[in-house]
Amino acid sequence: MDAILLQVLNGLDKGSAYALIALGLTLIFGTLGVVNFAHGALFMIGAFCTVTFNNLLSFERVTLSATELSPWGTPLEIHVPYVELWFGDFGATMIDYSVFWSLLFAIPVMLLIGIVMERGLIKHFYKRPHADQILVTFGLAIVLQEVIKSVYGANPIPQPAPAAFVGSIDVGVWIGMAENSVIYPIWRLVYFLFAGVIIGGIFAFLRYTTFGMVVRAGMADRETVGLLGIDIDKRFTAMFGLAAVVTGMAGVMYTPILSPNYHMGMDFLVLCFVVVVVGGMGSLTGAVAAGFLLGILQSFASMPEVKDFLFGFSIDQVIIYLVAVIILLIRPRGLMGRKGVMET
Amino acid sequence: MLKTFRTSDRTLMVLFTIFVLAAPLIMAPLGAGYPDLMQRFAIYGIFAIGFNILFGLTGYLSFGHAAFLGVGSYSAVWMLKLLSINIVPAIIFAVVVSGLFALLIGFISLRRSGIYFSILTLAFAQMSYNLAYSVLTPITNGETGLQLDLTDPRILDTVNETSQVASPSFLGLEMGDTAVVQFLGMDLQFNVGFYISALILIGMFYLSLRIFRSPFGMILRAVKSNQTRLNYTGFNSRPYTLTAFVISGMYAGLAGALLVCMDPLAGADRMQWTASGEVVLMTIMGGAGTLIGPVLGAGIIKYFENIFSRINESVVEGWFSALPDGVTDFLTAVVSPFLGSGWHISLGLIFMLVVIFLPGGLVEGASRIMNLVRRLSQTRKTTSSPSVARPLGDDESPEEPPPGSVNTRES
Repeated sequence: MDAILLQVLNGLDKGSAYALIALGLTLIFGTLGVVNFAHGALFMIGAFCTVTFNNLLSFERVTLSATELSPWGTPLEIHVPYVELWFGDFGATMIDYSVFWSLLFAIPVMLLIGIVMERGLIKHFYKRPHADQILVTFGLAIVLQEVIKSVYGANPIPQPAPAAFVGSIDVGVWIGMAENSVIYPIWRLVYFLFAGVIIGGIFAFLRYTTFGMVVRAGMADRETVGLLGIDIDKRFTAMFGLAAVVTGMAGVMYTPILSPNYHMGMDFLVLCFVVVVVGGMGSLTGAVAAGFLLGILQSFASMPEVKDFLFGFSIDQVIIYLVAVIILLIRPRGLMGRKGVMET
Repeated sequence: MLKTFRTSDRTLMVLFTIFVLAAPLIMAPLGAGYPDLMQRFAIYGIFAIGFNILFGLTGYLSFGHAAFLGVGSYSAVWMLKLLSINIVPAIIFAVVVSGLFALLIGFISLRRSGIYFSILTLAFAQMSYNLAYSVLTPITNGETGLQLDLTDPRILDTVNETSQVASPSFLGLEMGDTAVVQFLGMDLQFNVGFYISALILIGMFYLSLRIFRSPFGMILRAVKSNQTRLNYTGFNSRPYTLTAFVISGMYAGLAGALLVCMDPLAGADRMQWTASGEVVLMTIMGGAGTLIGPVLGAGIIKYFENIFSRINESVVEGWFSALPDGVTDFLTAVVSPFLGSGWHISLGLIFMLVVIFLPGGLVEGASRIMNLVRRLSQTRKTTSSPSVARPLGDDESPEEPPPGSVNTRES
């Protein structure tokens, strides 16, 4: 029982990341009808927003100490970050909680990148075949990835979680299980909660606001909405920006779990495409459900028991693809795919 | 057979053969005349030709072709290890194995079309890549990569008593053997490995030409232009697309086998999806659906990869050194990120530009320019000459949709 719970929890953080990225992909696909291969790059850029923001925060003033000496006899250098100098204790907490502050930093950046991408490039590809969309966004993904690589280097850059969220907690005790049965890192729990809030927010936004209603109407029948005198293109651009922000924030929050590197976007992208297809092209609920489902499946597949059961083969690396192949063959539209999406 | 062989095709074939065989002569002034790079030109040319048979003719965009390249490589190394150091059994075995593998994957993937097909092939390729890295380590030797050993059994060969690992050969000619000839002050390198790859490339090019002109090729084109209508006329198109898929998989396996014949080392990296992306890139860049385009694209990308990636900052500075200091620094700072280790940026940019402005690739660009020239010369003469010779290598007649545009219709 506790082993099962532990695996479910282990799957949740990866599943949350898959769900968030897949949600962004589906938003873009559902509204604009564009297959965006550069979406993984947005996740990566989000993660590098954290790196940039931390670099900004750690600008330091260096003074020489009048009294103390360093071990080799020269006056001791005292490094004080400017933020701490200016804001005192508040600056210190700001550095500690830099991941959350990076979220605020990432939102405008991602919004801008998203809108520029849509207006500058994607807009011209609405009428082109899907293969062309795949190819041009694939090229864009290469460019973005290589630019990040040339600026930040090829090595992963570890990012700390806030001190309060480092370490693990005993989840099992909360639900009345024996102590130390289910130990789980706090930050992953935070990530899961964050993903829940964002996903809930997006669904609520689409469901209960006029803007969301128009967007949903546009997803269902773009032409009619246009004929009713609504400038649907503008709203779709906004949705592209929103999708970029969601994906970027997913990247920001993922940094304490996975040190940002330039190819993380590509790594996640392939999996998230599989997630979107399994969930059903154009279905938001499907994308989220499939994201969590595949994340949890992956963590179950890495259990030693499963490995023993399969005569020593570990299938955690391939389970997602295997499941995707099976689902696509049994239910060609994916778990919750609508009729008519990508079929005309 | 030759009756159906058009004159323009014959010219194309002859020119192609001459060009490929004279490659050491042509490439030397471009700084690309060394064996390793020319072998790559030929091998990736084969890979791209094979990919084009699937993508260019049927419009099915596979994102997993590197898997077949990798499978071909692994099976070829195993043949070199177990059977003989002669490359012939290795190549034959690799083609057969990758053909079977393509049959399996194609059978499943081709049940879907459009974007679903792309993602299915991508998923299969990633799966093979991950398997090669983890579970199949006894066969693939995991991260280290599979290579030849002193202790290989090699049942057909005499026992290797030297202390050196044997290198692949054909009728006693080792792949690395090179004859250097001085010509007009240049070193022309005539390499055995290159000429073997080149002969195979010419053969494969001829095969693809025959496929393009055959009724089979016509049906594949029909799949691309409108599969639904084709099905309504009573054709079951799936056996045809599956055959195309298997053929292109075998081409990829052949390329993989040749790669290990030149350098007997097979690693899982070869199967990664960026490698699949590379062959898509080559085909699009040259011109999907044209005969000569993929070879052209493969050559250009491999050339840039080798030449551009070796240009570092000091070389760039050398180019602009005649200019004033500030200008030199500025230009160096602007240009150098796009060269050397950052050449992928320029590759990505070029690729985007090609897709945006020239979906038919370089071949389309060339034919556009030729059309322009022709129109200009016609208006100057003000005489009408309605029948004009087709531009060389351009394969699409004007009524057909532009190459590169893909039918995403569901069957």
